[in-house]
Amino acid sequence: MPTSVEDLINPGVDDVIADSKLHGNIDPAQDQTMVLNMGPQHPSTHGVLRVVLEVDGESVVALAPDIGYLHTGIEKTCEAKFYQQVVPLTDRIDYLCPMTNNLTYCLAVEKLLQLEIPERAQYLRVLLNELTRLNSHLVWLGTHAMDIGALTVFLYCFREREEILRIFEMVAGQRMMTSYFRIGGLSMEPPIDFYDRVRNFLKIMPEKIAEYENLLTGNPIWMGRLKDVGHLSAADAIALGVTGPPLRASGVDWDLRRDMPYSGYEKFKFDVPVSQVGDVWARYEVRMKEMYESVKIATQALEGLPDGRITADAPKIILPDREQMKTQMESLIHHFKIVTEGFAVPAGQVYQGVESPRGEMGYFVVSDGTAKPFRVHMRNPSFATLQALETMCKGRLLADVVAVIGSIDIVLGEIDR
Amino acid sequence: MHLSDFQLFVLITIIKIAVVLVITLTAVAYTVLLERKVIGRIQNRWGPSRVGPFGLLQPLADGIKLFLKEDLMPMSVERPLFVAAPVIALACALVSVAVVPFGQTFKIRGVDIFEVSNVNIGLLVILGITSIGVYGIALSGWSSNNKYSLMGSLRASSQVISYELALGLSLVGVVLRAGSLNLRDIVNSQIGHGFLSWNFFGGLQFVGFFIYIMAAYAETNRAPFDLPEAESELVAGYHTEYSSMKFAMFFMAEYANMLTVSCVATLLFFGGASSPFEGWIPAFGPTWLQAILPIFWFVAKVFSFLFLYIWVRATLPRFRYDQLMSFGWKFLLPLAMANILATSLVMALRS
Amino acid sequence: MHLALFFIFGGLAVLAALNLLLQRHPINSALSLVVVMMSLAVLYWSLGAEFLAAAQIIVYSGAVMVLFVFVIMLLNAGEEERTRGSKIASIAGFPGAAAIFCLLSFVFLSEGHKLGLSHLGGSLDEASSNISQISSLLFTDLLLPFEVTSVLILVAILGAVVLAKKER
Repeated sequence: MPTSVEDLINPGVDDVIADSKLHGNIDPAQDQTMVLNMGPQHPSTHGVLRVVLEVDGESVVALAPDIGYLHTGIEKTCEAKFYQQVVPLTDRIDYLCPMTNNLTYCLAVEKLLQLEIPERAQYLRVLLNELTRLNSHLVWLGTHAMDIGALTVFLYCFREREEILRIFEMVAGQRMMTSYFRIGGLSMEPPIDFYDRVRNFLKIMPEKIAEYENLLTGNPIWMGRLKDVGHLSAADAIALGVTGPPLRASGVDWDLRRDMPYSGYEKFKFDVPVSQVGDVWARYEVRMKEMYESVKIATQALEGLPDGRITADAPKIILPDREQMKTQMESLIHHFKIVTEGFAVPAGQVYQGVESPRGEMGYFVVSDGTAKPFRVHMRNPSFATLQALETMCKGRLLADVVAVIGSIDIVLGEIDR
Repeated sequence: MHLSDFQLFVLITIIKIAVVLVITLTAVAYTVLLERKVIGRIQNRWGPSRVGPFGLLQPLADGIKLFLKEDLMPMSVERPLFVAAPVIALACALVSVAVVPFGQTFKIRGVDIFEVSNVNIGLLVILGITSIGVYGIALSGWSSNNKYSLMGSLRASSQVISYELALGLSLVGVVLRAGSLNLRDIVNSQIGHGFLSWNFFGGLQFVGFFIYIMAAYAETNRAPFDLPEAESELVAGYHTEYSSMKFAMFFMAEYANMLTVSCVATLLFFGGASSPFEGWIPAFGPTWLQAILPIFWFVAKVFSFLFLYIWVRATLPRFRYDQLMSFGWKFLLPLAMANILATSLVMALRS
Repeated sequence: MHLALFFIFGGLAVLAALNLLLQRHPINSALSLVVVMMSLAVLYWSLGAEFLAAAQIIVYSGAVMVLFVFVIMLLNAGEEERTRGSKIASIAGFPGAAAIFCLLSFVFLSEGHKLGLSHLGGSLDEASSNISQISSLLFTDLLLPFEVTSVLILVAILGAVVLAKKER
């Protein structure tokens, strides 16, 4: 029988912690621990994560993350939309890497449609995806450093992120919710000065990363806070479904960009940074190195950018140019049909995984042959990584929990969907 | 009108207290502005720039805002202690300034006007008042009836108690050299050869100084030792439940403590109000200039320590609780003891 | 002025001491004790023992009592309850306390001249302090008791460490 409001609202979380602790009847002589509620309004839970901690003084005895405060029902909403209308929804799942979400969804549907994407579009997608990765890693570094107490790094990171967001605004007209990719290609050709701007940005970026490292990497306090904190063994990481940088920091050399290439990643040369240690420091190191690699990939994509179309040759799926739509009867009909009825996708199911900044971002799309998806499910890296929180934090100090939450780089939007 | 000596003494003392209090509170307000401005520039932004020229009226606006805010009193607080805590914190922070000599001895009718009270154990008074200041923090956390506040105040109290030892011991070298606990005497012992006779350079007390400055940062709960109010862990630490003027009192206490610590560092290690060229360049100008100039040097030195405080805050990450403790007990304390040994050894060999 | 200080802080010390006994909540009692300590420090000071005053504040109010408050906060001790035992203590306690008070007053009044005298209004603002006297006394005549006390404290620290280790 529920004994408190807490129980009625959320029975699952409290079960993790000894029941007697939460609902009175504590023998004062045995009362060694305290239940501390961190979040959903708390400065370092990166959104609206709630972590219920049982602490003995400063050390954590038990811990349970409580999610769902940012539930938006996006997965369900997708079932009521045409396939092309789902793209803007995907931005809002992980608001730090909108392009990656766009790409994953588009790749999944394109797989169902068996569309051939022109190389130019593929290269631009790779370029923008790596910029997204930089964007997301910059936010991670800034917030992580701020959690540890280094305030200035945050603003330095946001200075460069601002430039990335301006580039996004150039191509998509939107800074964060870009929705730039379309099923079958890109929404439009980037403006002319886009290329120079990106080139300049990629030129200065390695210096800037060195600047952040200058502030943090050799700092004894920073090292003391990060090293030997929040260990995650390779076996645990695999068992808990951890992917991305935390997995690679635990010594598993696995990167979808290299091992299961998509969107032409096989044509680019890059290293996959791996560390064997598995602590917060290793995650920091791996992400910092990844930022250099992202710059490398983006530079290759920009320099090797081929000419050609930016959309696949599929008039029944891709909206025609405004020019054509207004001058040609057939284009007008296509336009009308796509906008009012959508396009039917052959029945079947498909899973597409992509290496997002946080790990394996996967879209599972089921089609029943109509113009609306039967089911869209997202496999989100943060969701799985958050499971590992207890393994990493148990027995550590309260301050380590903050460091670990920062190091796994979660985005609540994609956890709650 | 003829006043007796005692009446005159009381009158001048009251005026001194009023003036020093006003100046200290103004300095506290502008230290906040300085911090926001400097951190702003370090972080690539402007800092406050809207209220008045260069944002110079910002402290006034902040003050008005804090005065006019609703004074929230949560239901389950321990009322008397909840109210008393910020008063204790602020009072302790402001009282220490009373024994700080701001300038060189300058007497009007037998009363020294550049120091509120010349106490012969001035240094011990400052240490004692600082140690009383812990009650403000400890009681605020306990009476708030909030877990985060409690943890913040536990952290703060244990941190302050631990670092008080290293702080006190780091000053012993200076006291040994001066042979007095009177702050005036300590300053006067550093006069003669310009900056070369300061304890930091000439007295070879730089080890003591670095221990002092680190322990002092911990004492004032400032970065990188700002664990009691680490917003990423404990929301706002011991003053989570405080609002309006009660919060402002904690806020002012923090900055007043910074000022005190900077004053002590100036007095003990950097020759107080003496000029760095004193003894080399002969005194010049009229008497009033000779009285004012030392104050200028004093303020300049205190200002540079405040700047250092701010600079450190903008640069360094925060310690973890256990690291903080082991740093204080296992590194600073033995080092301070070694400094005392070395200083007394050198003094014994020289004499 | 010194007489006024004496009466103000002497009275404060007595009041705080009574409050310490009467308060039910341990934290209030502890804070009353702090007030007693600080009033005593002022009294020492007005008698010219400024080092003793400073030590009283730094050691007792600033460290020992903070630890008291700390422990009370940590244990989250609640209000005291009145038990039979405490009633017996009060029955036996009042006559006992009165007897001790009488005895001490008698000793101080009759044998006062042997203990030596001090004057109100000691050296507050004078340049000399009595620290050098205290230290030379401590390190010459009283060296043995001083060292024995430090060893005692060391033993106490070791004992505390042993007890704390056992808990784990």
